[in-house]
Amino acid sequence: MSELRDLYQEVILDHGKSPRNFGRPPAVTGESHGHNPLCGDTVTIYLEVADGVVTDIGFEGRGCAISMASASMMTEMLRGKSVDEVQTMFTQFHALVAPAEPACEADFEAPDLDKLIVLAGVREFPMRVKCATLAWHTMKAALEGEAEEVTTE
Amino acid sequence: MNTAVSTAPAGNLAAPSFDVERARADFPILSRSVHGKPLAFLDSGASAQKPRQVIDAISRCYEAEYANIHRGVYELSARATEAYEGARVRVQQFVNARSASEIVFTKGATEAINLVAASWGGTFLGEGDEVVLSVLEHHANIVPWQLLRERTGIVLKVVPTDETGAFPLDACEALVGPRTKLVALTHVSNVLGTVVPVAEVVRIAHAHDALVLIDGAQGIVHQPVDVQALDVDFYCFSGHKLYGPSGIGVLYGREALLRAMPPWQGGGDMIERVTFERTTFAPPPARFEAGTPPIAAAAGLHAALDYVASLDAAAVAAHEHDLLAYASERLGALNSIRLYGTAPEKAAIVSFTMDDVHPHDIGTILDRAGVAVRVGHHCAQPLMDHFDIAGTVRASFGLYNTRADIDRLIDGLDEVREIFA
Repeated sequence: MSELRDLYQEVILDHGKSPRNFGRPPAVTGESHGHNPLCGDTVTIYLEVADGVVTDIGFEGRGCAISMASASMMTEMLRGKSVDEVQTMFTQFHALVAPAEPACEADFEAPDLDKLIVLAGVREFPMRVKCATLAWHTMKAALEGEAEEVTTE
Repeated sequence: MNTAVSTAPAGNLAAPSFDVERARADFPILSRSVHGKPLAFLDSGASAQKPRQVIDAISRCYEAEYANIHRGVYELSARATEAYEGARVRVQQFVNARSASEIVFTKGATEAINLVAASWGGTFLGEGDEVVLSVLEHHANIVPWQLLRERTGIVLKVVPTDETGAFPLDACEALVGPRTKLVALTHVSNVLGTVVPVAEVVRIAHAHDALVLIDGAQGIVHQPVDVQALDVDFYCFSGHKLYGPSGIGVLYGREALLRAMPPWQGGGDMIERVTFERTTFAPPPARFEAGTPPIAAAAGLHAALDYVASLDAAAVAAHEHDLLAYASERLGALNSIRLYGTAPEKAAIVSFTMDDVHPHDIGTILDRAGVAVRVGHHCAQPLMDHFDIAGTVRASFGLYNTRADIDRLIDGLDEVREIFA
């Protein structure tokens, strides 16, 4: 039960239930659609980037509590960040939740990302890691202007 | 012939007569624990667990009589060939085919359907010919026909369903017409458990000179199948859902049909004579079995069919009926649960959603409670679209499941509610 409580922390359940920045922002400069064919979860990430800074971000989609919370928290985290900062945060987030990477919670020195440590519980659930990373991969594709749909497979 | 189980009214739950504890002792994996909890395995619809008899048969094959088949003149090859062809005869008896040459071994039901689509469909169907499917189909009985449609221009017609997930025979009848060449349907919905009235469908199709292919991956697990009594033209199933090994499945086809069909894969074992100018092909079933087949899996399938046949089919059906009725009653009593698939004729499969909790979250929490269920779209996305949902939680029962397994599922759902409160 304790690992489950680590996975389903209040803040995750809250974001899952009431996602922030849900919807398409008024001015979109890049968007991408992500899909997990195994479970059918979908997410679309909308970005407004001006002068190398993410000035607005939103998302739409449907999926499990983990994927919705991850997308919601990511949008809160990335607004106002420079494209370079976003790229760094992508790498750090991946290291946080992907079990293949060395454990990094202890030396997790990205102060802006500390709110996302609640998602580190997913490390104990290898089948669920892709739920947490789908939004981030889709965001990266939107940032880099990739037209292809992102899939987790 | 129709021994399909149906949902009994709540409160009318007869005690099962089948000795489930004795059967459970045959399945070694059922005694293991998962996350420190005893295993409650409720995903037999995806793949069933294996009895000791099947595991032993596979070991015996490798330990005592393994060699490639149809090859050497030496003792081991002769024994292996005998065992492989013996498995074919066992399948023939199990489904009551007229002859063992009507039994083609494949990788599974999926490959069997692909074989028919590529070989029979690719040869005998052309632009404008119609194939009737239903919205209940698994992707395995949708995609091969779409691939064929791209090659040949056939037209796919889809029998709908209603809120209960029933199969509407009248709607099927309305879709079958002069251009219908094939009606290809599942026997039992892998998501809802709905039993399709195969014999009636066959009557409709044959009246229009259309053939019938049945995807029996779920159907043959829950009821005896007699291909002659059903009068089907093709019947496909997988070994691994029928308590046998993965990697082997069966295509039953009427002999005259198989004889008229060209090979779909080329290689060894399927030829008569090969020269660089011209090759002649072996008769069925060898014509459709290019390359070295799953030899040990055939031995395992043989043992699985022996195992199932050793049980009292009516008693097993009554036991599964009891599980279905009990699960439907207990889940139905929960306000947070919505059941999908409440057709009158159902096999022991229940699908449900729970308030706003996503099936994947439910699956993860149940897993930690030792309860294995399938979550997601179950390779039946058109059916999910019909109900406008992304997925369901599915509990599918095997002969070894008990009411206690269902109690564990219900307890696990309490935990879900607690976490998502």
